[in-house]
Amino acid sequence: MTVLEQRGAYRPSPPPAWQPRTDPAPLLPDAEPYRVLGTEAVAKADPDLLRRLHAQLVRGRRYNTQATALTKQGRLAVYPSSTGQEACEVAAALALEERDWLFPSYRDTLAVVARGVDPVEALTLLRGDWHSGYDPYEHRVAPLSTPLATQLPHAVGLAHAARLKGDDVVALAMVGDGGTSEGDFHEALNFAAVWQAPVVFLVQNNGFAISVPLAKQTAAPSLAHKAVGYGMPGRLVDGNDAAAVHEVLSDAVRRARAGGGPTLVEAVTYRIDAHTNADDATRYRGDAEVEAWRAHDPIELLEAELTERGLLDEAGIEAARQDAEAMAASLRERMNRDPELDPMALFDHVYAETTAQLREQRALLRAELEAEQEQHGAQEGGAR
Amino acid sequence: MTTVAVKPATMAQALTRALRDAMAADPAVHVMGEDVGTLGGVFRITDGLAKEFGEDRCTDTPLAEAGILGTAVGMAMYGLRPVVEMQFDAFAYPAFEQLVSHVSRMRNRTRGRMPLPITVRVPYGGGIGGVEHHSDSSEAYYMATPGLHVVTPATVADAYGLLRQAIASDDPVVFLEPKRLYWSKDSWNPEHPTDVEPIGRAVVRRPGSSATLITYGPSLPVCLEAAEAAQAEGWDLEVIDLRSLVPFDDETVCAAVRRTGRAVVVHESTGFGGPGGEIAARITERCFHHLEAPVLRVAGFDIPYPPPMLERHHLPGVDRILDAVARLQWEAEG
Repeated sequence: MTVLEQRGAYRPSPPPAWQPRTDPAPLLPDAEPYRVLGTEAVAKADPDLLRRLHAQLVRGRRYNTQATALTKQGRLAVYPSSTGQEACEVAAALALEERDWLFPSYRDTLAVVARGVDPVEALTLLRGDWHSGYDPYEHRVAPLSTPLATQLPHAVGLAHAARLKGDDVVALAMVGDGGTSEGDFHEALNFAAVWQAPVVFLVQNNGFAISVPLAKQTAAPSLAHKAVGYGMPGRLVDGNDAAAVHEVLSDAVRRARAGGGPTLVEAVTYRIDAHTNADDATRYRGDAEVEAWRAHDPIELLEAELTERGLLDEAGIEAARQDAEAMAASLRERMNRDPELDPMALFDHVYAETTAQLREQRALLRAELEAEQEQHGAQEGGAR
Repeated sequence: MTTVAVKPATMAQALTRALRDAMAADPAVHVMGEDVGTLGGVFRITDGLAKEFGEDRCTDTPLAEAGILGTAVGMAMYGLRPVVEMQFDAFAYPAFEQLVSHVSRMRNRTRGRMPLPITVRVPYGGGIGGVEHHSDSSEAYYMATPGLHVVTPATVADAYGLLRQAIASDDPVVFLEPKRLYWSKDSWNPEHPTDVEPIGRAVVRRPGSSATLITYGPSLPVCLEAAEAAQAEGWDLEVIDLRSLVPFDDETVCAAVRRTGRAVVVHESTGFGGPGGEIAARITERCFHHLEAPVLRVAGFDIPYPPPMLERHHLPGVDRILDAVARLQWEAEG
């Protein structure tokens, strides 16, 4: 006789009926990345918007090549190029209203600049003169985040706070494919969905986390699929199709602003350059793969579409190029000046009120600088 | 300054009152964490706040410490003053990246444009019979992170006053609550509840002339008890309550040690790499010629916090403190 039989009284009853909270079907991403260019959908796109996207793409590409050149001249400590991903960057900035907030990762300088931040100030972190060069409140852009995915919960908190205050502000948070493996990605998405916070998460899946390909990063059918588990819609979009990324992001922003909650957008794109100038991409990928993606270039895709439809001519393309050249020339010229550094500022922004300990250390550095200057003056005097 | 003994209250009651008064005074103050809403917190520190101020101001979050602190960062960016609860000391570790990489640095990173007025409440320390991960003293980790204030009350008046100051501070404050003192009662003047010294100032809790005990948080009552016991043996011990580990009050500590010439640092976190080493070094650097004996430390052992049935062997008690004091004398006679 089993123990259960001995007890006799046990009568298993069925558990209470299980009801899923949400029908997962509408949350699931499409099987194929959404495209506008080269499809019928392009007829619905606003030609002015397409031309603006084009001009920004050209500008962004030129920014990438200029910044990369500056690393070779030693003017930048490092630059993570977003060449090939410009459509995601540009669409991110253009999908937002002025009152909205952008939370970029370290590769997203183009989105930051497209929001209106001074191109030189956007490079402060990468040049190494301070950790963030711009005032986050001026254009509502959070500082570039170096740790992966840690800026995502900030976006959720800010959007939540804005909604509590009655402001219809949306936060757009950008992250790479590698960042989706971090714990903060999970916690941010979960908080956003539970709080129904007006946040849009944009994953730029550019194929690699430094050298590790997506297949070693996740076993999910797509990164957009991850949304379903949190109870938010996932959208898959061709990240090299600026019109498509803009449309999908704009829909998500509208939905968030209207109280519909967060959306996860995966833009499938490719990092044409290495991770940074310090990386050797030939160790983990072949030329053929890179060339295949070059043939799906975001600028050429849009230019071809606009030219074919008579919305852009050689003169228009030339104007965009000249605008980009002027931006690059100004960037080059200003980056070639040595930044003004004040070592005493090291102690200025640790606490609202400097502590006694920091005041002592400040005095030490002041004395060292004065001694340095005296020595320098004595040497100059001797030379004369 | 001394507080008038008007009304006995527990530290837990003072903390609850501080949160309530801060929320009433400033609509930007938001309390958030695990179980802080309907339940009122596992220690009941947030009891009644959700009912009084609504769930938008006292929010039960998902169970995720990095998410709690990470979203608090964004809320602070938008002008709120989040007060987050980390349910137990060791539960705060998942939030360390947010604390170290962002909370402590955002002011510095943005050249002062984006200060983060966040208070992180961490119930800490042992002595309540908690199982693993419920009794850690993690103050050394926080102290080693520039940009954070690290504060810990030992009296009921300080529990109220320091918490109000922490919430009002434009800098992030790690507010360490000694959980074994939650139910301790002492004098408190609710008429002038904020009438305590500011963050950054240490206080002499017991004047004395033969040696100085330097301590904080849960070890303060132990040191006061040791000082009473030492009196019988002819030792007139001074007891300093640090209250604030960052900023550190070199002035009060050094003035005391110069008076007595002998010092023992007492805390229950580990001695190796612990706060006591830093404090002893600071005293030695500043007061070497006044010292009659080396600065000694009485700390927890350098072991993971022990299981509850063994914790009494780990925690610095009166006898261990008195032994150290006796060694001070021996060193002096040398």
